[in-house]
Amino acid sequence: MTTRGFTGRPRRSDPRLPPGQYDVGDDWPVLTAEVTPGVDLATWRLVVDGAVGQPSSWSWDELHALPVERVDTDIHCVTTWSKLGTSFTGVRVDHLLAAAGPLPAATHVLARSVTGYTTNLPLADVTGGRAWAVWEHEGRPLPVPHGGPVRLLVPHLYFWKSAKWLERLTLLTADEPGFWERYGYHDRGDPWQQQRYQGD
Amino acid sequence: MTPTPGSVAPTGGWRSARVAAVDRPGPAAVRLRLDVADRVSHLPGQHYVVRLTAPDGYTASRSYSVASAPGDPLVELYVERLVDGEVSGYLADVLEPGDELEVRGPVGGWFVWDGTTPALAVGGGSGVVPLVSMLRHARDTGRPELLCLVGAARTAASLPYAEEMLDGCTLVALSQEDSPAGRPAGRLRAADLAPLVDGRDAGFVCGSAGFAETASQALVAAGMPADRVRVERFGPSG
Repeated sequence: MTTRGFTGRPRRSDPRLPPGQYDVGDDWPVLTAEVTPGVDLATWRLVVDGAVGQPSSWSWDELHALPVERVDTDIHCVTTWSKLGTSFTGVRVDHLLAAAGPLPAATHVLARSVTGYTTNLPLADVTGGRAWAVWEHEGRPLPVPHGGPVRLLVPHLYFWKSAKWLERLTLLTADEPGFWERYGYHDRGDPWQQQRYQGD
Repeated sequence: MTPTPGSVAPTGGWRSARVAAVDRPGPAAVRLRLDVADRVSHLPGQHYVVRLTAPDGYTASRSYSVASAPGDPLVELYVERLVDGEVSGYLADVLEPGDELEVRGPVGGWFVWDGTTPALAVGGGSGVVPLVSMLRHARDTGRPELLCLVGAARTAASLPYAEEMLDGCTLVALSQEDSPAGRPAGRLRAADLAPLVDGRDAGFVCGSAGFAETASQALVAAGMPADRVRVERFGPSG
């Protein structure tokens, strides 16, 4: 349906921008549903458990001892902003899973924040160099409102999947909806398919 | 933060809405009253997505909180007009009664108040809009005592729904002038909220990212457990 009198902004043909998204430029909006937590790095550990052979965890220092890489990427929020050409530093989820040894029956992962926020992902979306646990943004410590000290980064899916204040990855043998997914957001959230809400 | 399963999820697909009324309460705002076909009732706190489509098929979508109560036959949206706002500019300058809009909603099952539990809700600037829905719902259901409302803005003139808010709020905090009820000018602080927390099962905070951060931390400092505070942060979204 055409909206009477609407022409819109000049069209940008940036191939990095998924349908229905706009470029937020240098901004980085903060959208969180809960009170920003304080995370004590002296006691914080990143845990991988559930359907794994060897439940494992890493302290802040132990995490930094894993192979660290810089990720240059674009991020896409379901609320229609995208941030193009940005970078994060952290460790591939592959390295964490390699230590914990997912069981053959494992199909999904539930990421959990220190706040209790959760989000579910197919295992295939966090393996093969497509997901990271990150602690730097553009070379600086990840700001707390953006999920610091450590957040999940799954840039090929809408950004609610990239759980802030990450503390746990639990491998599952069946899909289980996370926080926003229970409230009607899409189970997978592929921005190129505009999978915003259930049924998209 | 423990999600409650079974809360209302969106929504189905896009619906057609007829614009029943448009008014401009100030230079930087527009209020829409929409008659939504096959409307699904919302809970106070939820929002709608509005989608505009250009003749070449280009679309732009934005989310706006609902200000009307569930019992209102129309859906009322309050839209802040942003500089260069692609959608808000259209809604403020071009839209007229009788126009058709595509909408999707209600959306969002987390930042909702069902009107049955004692709540403390804090809104800053246009973040008061979903709280207006809560206020109207509390009045409609005859339970105004269940909602303790706090509104914050720079001045009374910049507070959306100022008349309703000044009448219905337990506290209005204005940063740049004394409030009509006599609170001295100054930003909202934990000390403002401390006397209001007791007996409130849930806290709601809505506003810009900066306001939401400050107010939610103030609410926790005032004694509200963090896991009972639900936050809605408005981003700049044109």
